[in-house]
Amino acid sequence: MKGIYMDHNATTPVHPEVMEAMLPFFSEHFGNPSSIHWAGREVKKGVETARETVASFLKCDPKEIVFTGGGSEGDNLAIKGICEAYKDKGNHIITTKVEHPAVLNTCEYMEKQGFQVTYLPVDMDGMINLDDLKNAITEKTILITVMFANNETGTIFPIAEIGKIAKERKILFHTDAVQAAGKLHLDVNALNIDLLSISAHKLYGPKGIGALYVRKGVKIKPLIHGGGQERNRRAGTENVTGIVGIGKACEIAMRDMDAESERLLRLRERLHKGLTQKIEHVKLNGHPTMRLNNTLNVSFEYVEGESLLLNLDMDGVAASSGSACSSGSLEPSHVLTAMGLPHEVAHGSVRFSLGRSNTEADIDKIIEIMPPVVARLRAMSPLYGKSLNPVERTAAVCHH
Amino acid sequence: MYSEKVMEHFKNPRNVGEIENADGVGEVGNAACGDIMKLTIKVENNAIADVKFKTFGCGAAIATSSMVTELVKGKSLDEAEKISNATVAEALDGLPPVKMHCSNLAADALHAAIENYKKKK
Repeated sequence: MKGIYMDHNATTPVHPEVMEAMLPFFSEHFGNPSSIHWAGREVKKGVETARETVASFLKCDPKEIVFTGGGSEGDNLAIKGICEAYKDKGNHIITTKVEHPAVLNTCEYMEKQGFQVTYLPVDMDGMINLDDLKNAITEKTILITVMFANNETGTIFPIAEIGKIAKERKILFHTDAVQAAGKLHLDVNALNIDLLSISAHKLYGPKGIGALYVRKGVKIKPLIHGGGQERNRRAGTENVTGIVGIGKACEIAMRDMDAESERLLRLRERLHKGLTQKIEHVKLNGHPTMRLNNTLNVSFEYVEGESLLLNLDMDGVAASSGSACSSGSLEPSHVLTAMGLPHEVAHGSVRFSLGRSNTEADIDKIIEIMPPVVARLRAMSPLYGKSLNPVERTAAVCHH
Repeated sequence: MYSEKVMEHFKNPRNVGEIENADGVGEVGNAACGDIMKLTIKVENNAIADVKFKTFGCGAAIATSSMVTELVKGKSLDEAEKISNATVAEALDGLPPVKMHCSNLAADALHAAIENYKKKK
């Protein structure tokens, strides 16, 4: 049985054209791009061509692109690099409660280094309020870091408005665009973005490579010291195959994104409609309209997400959940709890993130297998059907 | 990540449901952890004549609930009281470390049900 992969927000397969572009750079073109001889020069050309492609993908100058080891490194470099470079100007960062851990935990680390961080709340749809942002700004604010689109719910943030506010107040603006890249048009100048991180493996490129856009004139302290690669912003011999891969992945995204995005929207709506028609008490998590076309996060009330995922997996369907139990942590998703979802509803969430491989037949298969799975688990659930019997409910045994 | 036994109990859980007019009811866990178990027992001659469970939770929570019902059916109350969460996990050929605390509550539910029965008596 061929499996159905519906976890594209976690990662995507490398596109055949990307792999084809990368292959010669493993052994045929193997030189060190810093070398002046022929072997280095031909590889340098591959790296710089990729840089130009990534730059046109983000509508910036190639000199403004720093290749990184992925999305997390880009986020770390942006936040730590800016804080370090601008600490004389202030020590306040503004972010949101629903960022990816690569941003959240980096901000928490900066707090330990003496920085102050404001974590903006979100509403029921996972959306921030721009007034909250404006009110949070102080004269000490040096950086606003808000994700372009949320990885769990797909909610798209008002990046243009945030960029405008940041520019007016002369505050640097970083956005983690890891989920948005390849799904939305990114234009760093039109949106007044100063720093933007992307990761190749979310857009059919290889793992372990990303890019950080750093606006010309913005100072940044490197995380990794060594040689002068990446204009002294990221030392270390370039991950050449990865760089060629991310370049090709961006090229394909520019070519195919519009048509693909529309196709995925149709499929996603078919899935959402099918599930809500066939199953009661299905709740959408995320913004009803301002949302990535490929993402459907729904809670099947009264059942727990990992149980759902295990059942889906038995039928060959790969999806993910905001339930604590599936993530290896003990807490349910910080995104869903920030949206005010009751714990049991957050635990019942399943994220379907669609991508290139998915077809209408995949959608119909999920719509067919999901109702009996949910029915079986609900029949087993003490929460379903009647109000909780208050007898002998012992205190929390959840060992946090 | 789960043992074959856990998956077997997850796929075919034993004794699902709720005993009407149960002699003892035990409910443990909370929604924050994502695991709630409700166990109902029928007691005859100081032994567990019947037992059923309902569980909201992950694969481990459902499998441990199912396993505990299988372990205690027909056992005397004294024997049943000796069954611990560790016994249940062992009977399932172990649980992933992260699940040992959060989703291994089935014996707690059993003990709560027995206590509830004794209090009613």
